Amino acid sequence: MTDQAITAAPFVARESFIELGARERARALLDPGTFRELLGPFDRLTSPWLPLQGIVCQADDGVVIARGTIDGAPAVVAAIESAFQGGSIGEVAGSKIAGALELALRDCENGRPVRPVIVFETGGVRLQEANLGLAVIAEIQSAIVSLRRHVPVVGVIAGMVGCFGGMSLAAALCTRLVMTRQGRLGMNGPEVIEQEAGIDELDATDRLRIWQLIGGAQRVASGFADMLVEDDASAIATAVHVAFSQGVASPHRSEAVQRYLDSLARIDPATVAPEAMRAVFRPCAQQDACDDPACGQHAAPQANREESQ
Amino acid sequence: MNEAPLTRGERWMRALAGEPATPAPVWCADAPLGGTRTRFIAVVPDERNRFVRARENVVGLEQGWLLARAVRQAIDEDAASARRRPIVAIVDVKSQAYGYREEMLGIHLACAAAVDAYASARLAGHRVVALIVGPAMSGAFLAHGYQANRILALDAPGTMVHAMGKDAAARVTRRSVEALDALGETVTPMSYSLSAFAKLGLLDRLITDVDADAPTAEQIERVRDALVEAIAGIDGSERDLSRRLDNEAARSTRAASIEVRRRLAAQWDAA
Amino acid sequence: MEHLTFEYPAQHVVTSRAHVGVVGSGDLEVLLWPNDAMRTQVAVQTSVDGYGHIWKSVLDRFFSRFDGAVRVEINDFGATPGVVSLRLAEAVEAVQAARDAGGAADPGAPR
Repeated sequence: MTDQAITAAPFVARESFIELGARERARALLDPGTFRELLGPFDRLTSPWLPLQGIVCQADDGVVIARGTIDGAPAVVAAIESAFQGGSIGEVAGSKIAGALELALRDCENGRPVRPVIVFETGGVRLQEANLGLAVIAEIQSAIVSLRRHVPVVGVIAGMVGCFGGMSLAAALCTRLVMTRQGRLGMNGPEVIEQEAGIDELDATDRLRIWQLIGGAQRVASGFADMLVEDDASAIATAVHVAFSQGVASPHRSEAVQRYLDSLARIDPATVAPEAMRAVFRPCAQQDACDDPACGQHAAPQANREESQ
Repeated sequence: MNEAPLTRGERWMRALAGEPATPAPVWCADAPLGGTRTRFIAVVPDERNRFVRARENVVGLEQGWLLARAVRQAIDEDAASARRRPIVAIVDVKSQAYGYREEMLGIHLACAAAVDAYASARLAGHRVVALIVGPAMSGAFLAHGYQANRILALDAPGTMVHAMGKDAAARVTRRSVEALDALGETVTPMSYSLSAFAKLGLLDRLITDVDADAPTAEQIERVRDALVEAIAGIDGSERDLSRRLDNEAARSTRAASIEVRRRLAAQWDAA
Repeated sequence: MEHLTFEYPAQHVVTSRAHVGVVGSGDLEVLLWPNDAMRTQVAVQTSVDGYGHIWKSVLDRFFSRFDGAVRVEINDFGATPGVVSLRLAEAVEAVQAARDAGGAADPGAPR
């Protein structure tokens, strides 16, 4: 998959995806007129833990689950609302995502494939719910590993919060990741690294350096994400369609153990830099094919396997 | 051999499985447990790790991929066999590795690879048990232990499960450490105590009266028995983590998690 | 965190519901739905203590102009009176639009 295979509409016609809230993002990714929200605000499933700490709840706990179709096929979108508590994952928020993936899995196992999309806009575990946030993220991860055998699990990281913490592991388990340049994908936020390792390790205020390290363009170029798309709602929706049409992946990025160990072995930690590591890492992360004749690690294309279920 | 005292991970790996077959930072050994060949895996310090920020008992780049390799090797070797060996994750990990190189080279994916491997082992029919002998923190625990069918822990100082270390958490929430401890008494998921973790329905067994730093032979034997019992209790058909919500503690403390799933199922198909 | 309640007389029935906003810093969410009784009842959860009189002033003014019989839940994270009024207006506009369209409620009203 090449970068920028998806071109956006002329600038004046674009609608920023980044500026949309979670609900509108889910709506934008589903076929027009098919959006149907589950466990919306009026269901009032809110955090049992935030009021104990004097924190006002959001009625949907910061996650929107919506069913509909994508390119005519049944789908479910889980979109995280970053405006509420930084998109952090608490018991209810995470259970909504895990529960939706578990139901999609159940349908897939019964011969009714459901296309899952996760819009990652999160700092990770909601500290005010610590151990439950962590536990539900483990449940989300488990569901993705099971589900992606049946149908691609597609992740979208648009920004401006990006995808961090335990949810970055969930993103890495997805079949395919769609990112914008503004999006970031990393395990530990820049502030945390500066705090734990010192400002010489990473200056959290150096925005350019951070995006060069973990921004969408860098992640796609180094093979940690698959599609780099302009911040335009219809371009991102198109990229999601394409991601599904490519079918189930084999092997997944997270299964390519020896290839990544080999890549790490070729790296000199003292001198490695973002630009230079791209060439070392990217060929081995190509899931369906690469142009390195020496690679020889790709399975035959699995396109349309989903449709044959 | 260095002079430093053994870490909990090192000590319990040796006690339960003997000499590891692989070097630091990921020790791996197959050893009998209750008469069954069992794979034991531990993350241990590696003072010569090429990644300077990953030399302690943390899950960094190499640790993540090596964990995945240790688990996948067992899956591959047993794939053709009727017997899938149990896998015991000995958990003593204080955090993921924090570093510029770690982020550049995809530590999030390295950890995900370990998550994937353990989950895949479970899906392939291996019985996976996590034995917490020290800290089981954050992304490191997600990678090494949290995908297990069963979670056991030693009731000992320094053994804990949490999303963030106490000092950092105190800073972020702008409280004192004492206030944080007090908060943990009313807000169960915020607590650092293992009995609170058990109340969430996530801990299958808390093993008491064990000296985690210098166990006697009798204590080691009791831990082995607890592992054997946990493994025996895992039904061959148990492939997912749904059991975590299907117990008395969870019905009480994780009622919201259960209610979310119930209502999602009810609303899943259009009326 | 404070919990405040207010009540106002109402003159007409409302048949749809609306949800607007997010509980982000300086913002609020509003859930608004039909009340069985011919009066309006408002419940506010706010992260900022001590502004009950400002809430009263803002809500008194708003519901002096809108007399539909509704129940309202507000989850507030430090919004200014201007933003509160704006969100309330958005919510009311959504139910009025639904009424004018003759259709059922759209609980997924845009934020």
